[in-house]
Amino acid sequence: MKMHPLRLDGKDRALVALIQQGLPLVPRPFAELGRRIGMTEEEVMQRMGKLRLAGAIKRFGVVVRHRELGYRANAMVVWDVPETDVAGLGNCLARYPFITLCYRRPRRLPHWPYNLFTMIHGQSRGAVCGKLAQVIGECGLHDIPHEILFSRRRFKQCGARYCEPVSERAGVPA
Amino acid sequence: MNAALQELSLLDRAIINRLQDGIPVCEAPYAELAGELGTDETTLLRRLQALKTAGYLSRIGPMYNVERMGGAFTLAALQVPDARFDEVAGIVNVFPEVAHNYRRDHAFNMWFVVAVAEATDIASVLSRIKAATGLEVYNFPKQEEFYLRLKFDV
Repeated sequence: MKMHPLRLDGKDRALVALIQQGLPLVPRPFAELGRRIGMTEEEVMQRMGKLRLAGAIKRFGVVVRHRELGYRANAMVVWDVPETDVAGLGNCLARYPFITLCYRRPRRLPHWPYNLFTMIHGQSRGAVCGKLAQVIGECGLHDIPHEILFSRRRFKQCGARYCEPVSERAGVPA
Repeated sequence: MNAALQELSLLDRAIINRLQDGIPVCEAPYAELAGELGTDETTLLRRLQALKTAGYLSRIGPMYNVERMGGAFTLAALQVPDARFDEVAGIVNVFPEVAHNYRRDHAFNMWFVVAVAEATDIASVLSRIKAATGLEVYNFPKQEEFYLRLKFDV
């Protein structure tokens, strides 16, 4: 499903740029944003609602640093799935709460034969492997070649597009 | 339970779990959330500040759909010789378009996300990374997305 990009006016863009720094931690955060940008509280909320409805904002809440919260093992598990089975298996895998990403991506033959990419987070490598065994059993993946790419080190984590040049927490060891 | 989680009170955990589901857009969202969580607005604001300062929360606010706003992102990978790993990581991480970067156990050992405001910039960023590192950059753009939940229960 390909959607046309939204048309954002100058005020929308200013609001998007401002709020990526975070929702202010004050009792009336939208009034505070409006004060900084020359809008009323009502206009800020109305534009936020519009951006959300239009899909420009997909979630509005807190984003956690999963490692700091104890999800220290993260594995990219990649699968070499026949094209006709990708949708079925992708939908099966995506149902599990511990699978946090599930994308079809191109193979890069001969170096890279995998076309379905999943991310599994867990509190240890053992926990990740246990979850992997569970989905192999439950989604019937015994005959699907796969590889587990555990992360060794995170160099950088910041929000997409609107981010600081270099993360202040770069180089946190796994 | 691991050490990181033992430091968090039950209230902190309830806050993290609840606010991953969303913050309402209304005049006093924190008061509303505090009511749901059985605490008061002042305490919630103080705990959120503390959780942010301690590094448990990377941000409070919106996650934008970059594609919907005309931008784009992709996953890319390099096969970096071990001896050059740190040097190459330094080169790649300087690009402001690189949103995150992980070392992984594989011949393809560096995986990073490139995010740009204009979709047409992806190719030029990848070719600049190739030129700067002298390494082939493998591009793995998303072709289809399956529903994801992306919530960490604590």
